[in-house]
This record gives sequence, C-alpha cells and structure tokens, in this order.
Amino acid sequence: MNKTSLAESLPPVFQEKSKVEPTKTIIQLDDVNINYGSFTAVKHASMEIYEHKVTAFIGPSGCGKSTVLRSINRMNDLIRGATLDGRVLFNGEDLYAKDVDPVLIRRRIGMVFQKPNPFPKSIYENIAWGARVNGYRGDYDELVETSLRSAALWDEVKDKLKQNALRLSGGQQQRLCIARTIAVQPEVILMDEPASALDPIATSRIEELILELKKDYTIVIVTHNMGQASRVSDYTAFFMVDQNRTGYLQEYEETEQLFLNPIHKKTEEYISGKFG
Amino acid sequence: MAIDNPHFRKKSRFHEHIIETVMFLFALFSMLITVGIVVILVRESYLFFSDPQVDLIGFLTGKNWQPMIHQFGFLPLLNATFTTSIIAMLLGIPIGLFVAIYLAEYASDRMRGILKPVLEVLAGIPTIVYGYFALTFMTPLLRSLFGQDVVEIYNTASAGLVIGILVLPMIATMAEDAISSVPKELRLAAYALGGTKIETTFKVVIPAALSGLSATFLLALSRAIGETMVVALAAGAGPKLTANPFKAAETITGYIVRISGGDVSYNSVDYNSIFALGLVLSIITFTLNLVSRKISTIFHQEYE
Repeated sequence: MNKTSLAESLPPVFQEKSKVEPTKTIIQLDDVNINYGSFTAVKHASMEIYEHKVTAFIGPSGCGKSTVLRSINRMNDLIRGATLDGRVLFNGEDLYAKDVDPVLIRRRIGMVFQKPNPFPKSIYENIAWGARVNGYRGDYDELVETSLRSAALWDEVKDKLKQNALRLSGGQQQRLCIARTIAVQPEVILMDEPASALDPIATSRIEELILELKKDYTIVIVTHNMGQASRVSDYTAFFMVDQNRTGYLQEYEETEQLFLNPIHKKTEEYISGKFG
Repeated sequence: MAIDNPHFRKKSRFHEHIIETVMFLFALFSMLITVGIVVILVRESYLFFSDPQVDLIGFLTGKNWQPMIHQFGFLPLLNATFTTSIIAMLLGIPIGLFVAIYLAEYASDRMRGILKPVLEVLAGIPTIVYGYFALTFMTPLLRSLFGQDVVEIYNTASAGLVIGILVLPMIATMAEDAISSVPKELRLAAYALGGTKIETTFKVVIPAALSGLSATFLLALSRAIGETMVVALAAGAGPKLTANPFKAAETITGYIVRISGGDVSYNSVDYNSIFALGLVLSIITFTLNLVSRKISTIFHQEYE
C-alpha cells in the first residue's frame, strides 16, 4: 500500500483538525439513573446530544450504554421491572413526565437493532408498516421508494419489492430496517450496534449510510467497534462500569478530542485496547 | 504399546446392549401395531367393497346410507361429520385463538398461573362427560333459545358446539406455543416504529405466527372429525342428509359406534361397512395431520 492510499484509509476525524460545528441540543439527559428491579444499571448520567450529529456510545460490556440508548425512546419500558429517575428531555420536553405516551415518542425517535429484524413480510410491507400505524395518508409507493433510496437499498431491491424481506442478505436486511425507520420520518434514529452482526463490507456500507443520514437526522449509535465510533461519530460518550456492575458516563467529548486526548486514564486504556 | 495398555482396553458393556435391544423391541412393537391396524382396516374394507351389493362410486356419491336395504352412499354420514366439525371450529378457533393471544401477549404471570391449569382441567375431562353435557345442557339451551319445534332433541349443532369446547384447550395451548415462538425482536421492531400493543400483536405477531396457527387449526379439525362420544350421544342416530344443524344426523363415528355396539352379525355387509368408514375417516385425519405437520415444519424454517 502506498502513502496516499494509507492516508485515505484513515478515519476522517484524523484527517482534518477542524472542530465540530455546534448545533442545538435535541436530547438532554439530566442525572439519569436506570434500575432493573433493585439492580442499578446506570447512575448519574448527564449529557447533551446535538441535532444533526452522530453521537457514539462506547464502553466495555455491561457499562449500560445500550440501556441509556433504550431510555431515550422508552424502549426500556418493555423490560419488566425497569425504572428510571432523572429527566430525559427531547426538545426541552420531559419524556418521562406522567402524561407522555411512549408510542408517540417512538414515532419521533426511531430505533435500529443489533440483529436485523425485518418483519416476515414483503420488502414493501416492511417499509409501509410503520407509516400505516402512524396513519400516513400520502402516496405509499413514493414513500417506499424514497425511504429505500435514503437507505441506499433502492437499486438492489426495486425489482423485487413484493419479495419476502427474510430472503435479503444480512446487510440488506439491516439497511431495510433503517429504511423502515426512516419511513416513519423520525427526528432521531437510535442504533444499537447496527453492524455487529454484519460482515466488513456490509458494515462499511452501513457506516457510509450513517454519514449520509446525519444531514437529515440526529443519530445516536452504540458500538463495540472503536474504529467505527471514530469513523462515523462527531461526539463520543465513554461509559464505564464500577465494582457494583453499575454503569456510569466517564467521559463525553468531541470524538477527535476523546480519541486523541482523552482526559481520563480509563478512557485512554479502553481506547488503546487495554481492557473491554 | 497402547493396545496392550489395560486402561484403554474396550470393556464389554453387555447390559447396555440388552437395554438398547429392549427399547428397540418396544419401538418395533408400536410400529407393528400401527401396521396391523392398517392391514385389518384395508382387509375388512376390501371385503366390504368386493361385496356385489356395493360399488365404490355409489359409496362415494350416494345420498342414502341404509345398509338394511342395501343402500351404501356415505354422503349423509360425511355431511354430518363435517357439520359438527365445522360448527366446532367456528366456536373453538376464535375462542381458542383469543385465549392464546391473551396468554402469550397480555396475561400477567398470575393470570397465566390461573388460566393454564383451568385449561388443563378442561382438557382432562373425559369425552363421555362432554357428551352428556351436550345432551343435558347444550341441547336444552339451544331449544330454549331457538324454539322447541325448531331444534330437535338430537341435533348436530349441540354436538358441534360441545366439540368446539372440547378442542378449545388444545387450540389455545398449541396456538399459544405458535405465538410465543415468534421472535421477540419482531415485537421490539414494531414498538420502535411507534406501534401500539394491539397493532404489534395483530399486525406483526399474529401474521408471523400464521403458519403455526394454521397447523394448529388443522390438527384441531382432525380431532373434531374423529370425535365420537359427543356425537354418539347428542347428534342423533340414523343417517340423514340435511344442511340444518338443528336436525338430528348421524356422523361417521356415530354410526360406527352404533354398529359396533349393536347386534349386527359378523361378516354381514353392514358389519364390514364400519371398516370401510373407519378407513375413510383414517385417511381424512391422516391427511390433515400430515398437512398440519408440513405447515409447521415450514413455520419453524422461517425463523432459522
């Protein structure tokens, strides 16, 4: 490999020194504690997530990064015994206030899961499903096409929209799941290790897609892959786990800052691969 | 040399061979029983069909079943069997399905702890009890609802409804299994798209469980078709071709019971006829079971 191609293969954050352009806060965690029954999974998490940015959550297993992610669209509600105190604000509104409907939150804050989980229906129906339950009244053919285009899947599937989605490859299924999320037109997309079940080529396509999507959406991504965090994210939150197996937010910085000049020793050890 | 090493020399485990042989013999025994039953059914049926008074076409298309006067058209019996079975399914499938959905998706652990044992009790009631339940409870109920002159004392509706109750626990349990085996990830996906619980259940989970549910329904239908005690007691004695479920009509199984228990002489054509009917019944239920199994195999492949 010659020098130029080596430089190009480096993650973008290491190619240029420019700071991330500031945008407004869309989600704010305010001293969030999450418990499963009597077990405290995450304590005292406070952070701000910025609009049209990609924020990565990294950290060792059991540090609560996925738990925090799921608290943002109240998917934790579906886990028996899960409770949260503190506040999660979305555009200044407390998502855990008494009269808030989690169903309506999830229509504004979508989610993509670790394992691709398309419905055992046609590709078309997978996209249309969310729009249907949301009472979308527009042109469904158009919605399906734009959503698939946004997820960079249209060219591969345009001739087989009636085909069962389970027959797609893993990478295609995951992009379909992203397209399905986009079709509901959310403001925020949460991604829980979206590429961890995929091969390297499918992974890089998902990463390209994430960079494309941040123009229109705010993305929060949990990842075990530090290369991925550095490639796709603007901000990175590093979560740690204490001796009680309770997770906490150790360090939250612009991604470049966190990877090049971590403040905490733990962060440095983690990103240099000493544990995790 | 290793071969001479006494530690690794093969031990003769003679008792293991004995146990294995015994188990094989039991397996063989159950296979032979099955083969024996089929052989007897076919042989006796052959006696029936080779009788000069009987022809196969007449048997399959005839509208009168009166062996006394040598009329062997089995449509009246088949019709009554289908009438009771379809009525049973009309009651059993919707209720069983809703019980299953409730158990799989909604019930708290406490409610499940109550409902499941109740279903087991229902499944454990002898069919003879269901039979006189049909005769002493369901029939009077139907008669008071629709009129004494509309509903006969023996009728297929009463028998069918009670068979529906009889197959309910089976449908509920198997349908619950089918629904529960839909991967959790699909439910999460639906919720994450802003689906409500009802939308998630009815627009994602149930369609995803459809092949498993179809297999369940076919098996229940097969059970209803083969059900005997209830129809023997409540549906009526005497073959009659009628579309009216409030009239008495004899099913295939009902007729077989009556002839087996009656004083018809051996080797008469009426006597042989029950084997032919038994064969037909076996073919129907065997086919249903086979299709049901095939569908449920497909269902399990979908999620691998």
